[in-house]
Amino acid sequence: MQVPAPFEYERATSVDHALALLERHGPEARVIAGGHSLLPMMKLRLARPEMLIDINDLSDLDYIKIDSGEIAVGAMTRHVSILDSALLAEHYSIFREAEKVIADPIVRNRGTIGGSFCQADPSEDLSAVGAALRATMVIRSSSGTRTVAARDFHDGPYQTLVGPAEMLVEIRFPIRPGSGSAYEKVERRAGDWAIAAAGTFVRLDGDTVADCGIGLTAVGVEHFACGAAEDFLRGKQATADNIAAAGQICHDAADPQADQRGPVDYKRHLARELVTRALTRSAARARGEKV
Amino acid sequence: MTVTEEAPLSPAGNPMGFGRMIRKEDARFLRGQGNYVDDVNLPGMLHGAILRSPYAHARIVSIDTSAAEAHPKVKAVITGKILETLKLAWMPTLSYDVQSVLCTDKVRFQGQEVAFVVAEDRYSARDALELIEVEYEPLPTVFDARHALDADAPIIRDDLDGRTDNKIYDWEAGDKAKCDEVFANAEVVVKQSMIYPRVHPAPLETCGSVASMDKVTGQLTVWTTTQAPHAHRTLYALVAGLPEHKIRIISPDIGGGFGNKVGIYPGYVCAVVGSILTGKPVKWMEDRSENLMSTSFARDYHMTGEIAATKDGKMLGLRVDVLADHGAFNGVAQPTKYPAGFFHLFTGSYDYPVAHCNVRAVYTNKAPGGVAYACSFRITEAAFLVERMVDCLAFELKMDPAELRMKNLLRPEQFPYTTPTGWEYDSGDYPRALKEAMRIAGYDELRREQAEKRAAGETMGIGISFFTEGVGAGPRKHMDILGLGMADGCELRIHPTGKAQLRISVQSQGQGHETTFAQIVSHELGIPPEDIEVIHGDTDNTPFGLGTYGSRSTPVSGAAAAVVARRIKDKAKIIAAAALECSVDDLEWEHGRWFVKGDHDKGQTIQESAFAAHGTLELPEGVEGHLDASVVYDPPNLTYPFGAYIAVVDVDMGTGHVKVRRFIAVDDCGPRINPMIVEGQVHGGLADGVGMALMEVMAFDENGNHLGGSFMDYLLPTSMECPSWELGETVTPSPHHPIGAKGVGESATVGSPAAIVNAVLDALQIRHAEMPLTPAVVWRAIQGNPLDRPDLAIE
Amino acid sequence: MDVTMNVNGDEVTRDVEPRLLLVHFLRDELRLTGTHWGCDTSNCGACTVWIDQQPVKSCTTLAVMAGGHDVRTVEDLDPGTGLDPVQEGFMLEHGLQCGFCTPGMMMTARWLLDKNPDPDEATIRECISGNICRCTGYENIVRAVRWAANHEADATANQPEGASA
Repeated sequence: MQVPAPFEYERATSVDHALALLERHGPEARVIAGGHSLLPMMKLRLARPEMLIDINDLSDLDYIKIDSGEIAVGAMTRHVSILDSALLAEHYSIFREAEKVIADPIVRNRGTIGGSFCQADPSEDLSAVGAALRATMVIRSSSGTRTVAARDFHDGPYQTLVGPAEMLVEIRFPIRPGSGSAYEKVERRAGDWAIAAAGTFVRLDGDTVADCGIGLTAVGVEHFACGAAEDFLRGKQATADNIAAAGQICHDAADPQADQRGPVDYKRHLARELVTRALTRSAARARGEKV
Repeated sequence: MTVTEEAPLSPAGNPMGFGRMIRKEDARFLRGQGNYVDDVNLPGMLHGAILRSPYAHARIVSIDTSAAEAHPKVKAVITGKILETLKLAWMPTLSYDVQSVLCTDKVRFQGQEVAFVVAEDRYSARDALELIEVEYEPLPTVFDARHALDADAPIIRDDLDGRTDNKIYDWEAGDKAKCDEVFANAEVVVKQSMIYPRVHPAPLETCGSVASMDKVTGQLTVWTTTQAPHAHRTLYALVAGLPEHKIRIISPDIGGGFGNKVGIYPGYVCAVVGSILTGKPVKWMEDRSENLMSTSFARDYHMTGEIAATKDGKMLGLRVDVLADHGAFNGVAQPTKYPAGFFHLFTGSYDYPVAHCNVRAVYTNKAPGGVAYACSFRITEAAFLVERMVDCLAFELKMDPAELRMKNLLRPEQFPYTTPTGWEYDSGDYPRALKEAMRIAGYDELRREQAEKRAAGETMGIGISFFTEGVGAGPRKHMDILGLGMADGCELRIHPTGKAQLRISVQSQGQGHETTFAQIVSHELGIPPEDIEVIHGDTDNTPFGLGTYGSRSTPVSGAAAAVVARRIKDKAKIIAAAALECSVDDLEWEHGRWFVKGDHDKGQTIQESAFAAHGTLELPEGVEGHLDASVVYDPPNLTYPFGAYIAVVDVDMGTGHVKVRRFIAVDDCGPRINPMIVEGQVHGGLADGVGMALMEVMAFDENGNHLGGSFMDYLLPTSMECPSWELGETVTPSPHHPIGAKGVGESATVGSPAAIVNAVLDALQIRHAEMPLTPAVVWRAIQGNPLDRPDLAIE
Repeated sequence: MDVTMNVNGDEVTRDVEPRLLLVHFLRDELRLTGTHWGCDTSNCGACTVWIDQQPVKSCTTLAVMAGGHDVRTVEDLDPGTGLDPVQEGFMLEHGLQCGFCTPGMMMTARWLLDKNPDPDEATIRECISGNICRCTGYENIVRAVRWAANHEADATANQPEGASA
């Protein structure tokens, strides 16, 4: 079977230790968490780090908690914990709906939220969730901590703003009382990457959209978000027509690549269809409906 | 409905013959004690790895192996040049073509074997591959069979003398003139083109082998993933010029085959050469991507069918034109007489007075192979074609597809039935099977539900397929592979205490031979199945035979086991007569025992006869001692299992996503030796149908790059896409098989894809769309703008 | 480098390359060949083993990453004291054919029943969706897991009063 090229390995005992190792070994060092994105690339020898820094012992980065009015999720939190989290489910349905369709249960035992964001795959699901909810990414280096908006975090496919001597340590999600959220994904088969997927939240003031967020993955929208559709919907009634119009804006904004998952017109159609469905369900949830 | 009767129980609680029995082989598999090829670990064993071509078509300018050879753990680097000196650079395929073992001139598909590294461990072998430098000169490719015969198409097989095009053969069956006449005068003619895309059997265990050449004794032992160990032994003898009596092929536990492990692959030959050169055992195991990119694919048939019929739906004729993509080497495994396998069984289950097919095969810059993935020698393609065509006719005539089928199915009184292309179906009651499937499905209720749903704007579909299989290849006078007739040997030894060993020529890749074959002997002789050890998969310890594929184990070797047991029974009768001091004519058989007519208490069990046969009992003149027998079974005909399948699907019209809600499968494979195993075989084949209908495809881009080289891209169905299968059965024994059994391994793979495709199209109310019906394909079909070639991944 | 882990109750130490995959550590170093590999890309689940009570895909885990942890493989399902109910269920319901996916499939099933002793069909199907089987069409695997659940429920119900769980 396929095997990686040789490398050196060290386990980090703390975030500071990990950062020191990154500084010492430079850009040829890579952090490994769950490993489900990195190791397959290494087996194909498309990735050849000289040094792997294992951060699986950093259990202090494995948490989901309320902190200063936001939900803070540690970067080492496994997908399974996000899926099962009552706290996340209480505030946002989107997490459970997105996590349920990420890979498979065994991979979810290992894969982490930080790894998903940092892999920056253009078809990744949590990136759309983070964009929809306008999350904040907390990045640390030996010189301190900085934050970056989720919508600025990605710097193109497989590229993020995390520097060679930095680590993503936490993702923060604003809490929005009175909102509803949802995730919609179409895949060729369970566990496959999305053909297209959309995650949304809607906060209502009466029946007016006070705020909303629209995240999309695999359809080539910048930063996994469609701000134009959000701007359109904000302040309008959450009617089927308005929601459909927001979907149409996403359709027009999408710039997907044709591949085995589907042609361009289909993926753009899905951008519209899935955003419409997710917004409809988000609005219904915001109204307190069980859907 | 007839259900197979279950036999009385043995002391261990197993059926003394047919019936549900827990598998003997499970004990080791459940404990992680199976012994698969990659589990074989020999002292001093080295590891091989193959360097493969990144190009689909390119001339090799140079190969520099010096850096790889300098790797401290590398023991040998083998190239085509080295193999040429051993006359092993090319090897025969199973279709009288040749295939490159390691490339000497040019590569002809992406993933083709270029060099072989032998190293101390598998990681170092892989590392060394990166140290080999190959300079390629890329050539234009032909990856779309439709353009393989274009005037400007590059000639792929310029290694063959006098080649001026990429055609492999043109072959036809049926009466063209008669067929054309019927079509010219028909009220209705429906024509439809369709592609059965290239797919891969993808057994969970990849292919591999461990070759060990003992230079002192000259003995070559190969543990290898083969469905046909005896055929492999003969091929090694022919390929490598090694003496056949010094070759031992062991096919240990095999992690699924489905046709993928019938042929010989270059890696196997390289492992043998590696062992000869280094004097050490050499293990070679493919990775998944090598398995998908280079080993035997299946299908890749471009078919155009036409049905002639009356306006009220009576079918009058069927004609088919096929373009077959065989890849870069013609490596299909099938009986020599039939270059397109049994495709000309394409009239399926219907009473077509006339039929004709033409199959034209071409070379392309894709991997070789072709008959694989539980296809029964191309009956999968044939069954799909006819079942799609029948639905196309129903669509045009606006008839219910069940009613149309019922009107045209062969009737029970027509058996034995000779098809327009010359096959003789042994037995069948088709309407009964279809009615049974419709009963289980609640067909009329489903149609009512569909109408209601349509009125409410929801979309569901009901699809039927009725298949006839031809399995158990085959009669020696008609069927051989590379000149080796398809008869199977079998040996049965009853030890003095009445315990038995059965040596069979076929072997198991999961079918449960160790259990089923013991049950056959138990059925014949009344020996408890737990007292019968079935030995298989080792050429030194089993008689010659052609192996397990084409659902042939039960029809051929199963018959051999019954016949050899009957020989034992006959001999036991002579021994019992001698022991009981009576005439053989005075003896009567009851399960497990000969007794004297009219005196039931006076008799001898088979176990007692066995001891007597090995003892001092005086036997009649000319009768030898011991209780052993052997046979070679030459089947008089194929067996023809059949079945009626119904799929129920829900389609999300907004996304094109298909959910298989229900699947009803009524199979008739004659009496079921072990119904539990039969049902398991059907379940597995139905999942294959879900895969092929909805997701599996080997896609290529315009440069011949393989886009399905891992399980991330070559999708196999999971537990989520498969419904809970609903099975039924009818039992129509084969009149010519000793126990009436017909074989079932491939039935569901043959029959199920069409049911699902028909269901999706029934939901969409569209006449045709191409497999696999991924969400994108379905959505584009809904838009009336179908994707041209879903298998090419381009628009 | 040295790696020490507990495998099926035994502490083992080996000097390995950091790049050695856990599946090869188990198969080649410890000769525990019950754990298979099928795909390289963590799609098929043939290599599923437990690390600290949770199934993981050992083809996508480095042996050194398992250092200091408890690893459990199929060989430990029946440590000589009799079949685990999951194994029994697979046997009685014909949940295996070629046997290649079976060890990984059973390790996933055992985990499911440990956290959810009474899973319905949909839950079982979802849980095994990362374990591909090419032979059974999953039907009998689902039945096997249900058999084990029922069997364990019966065993619990039949415990004498006052017996500790």
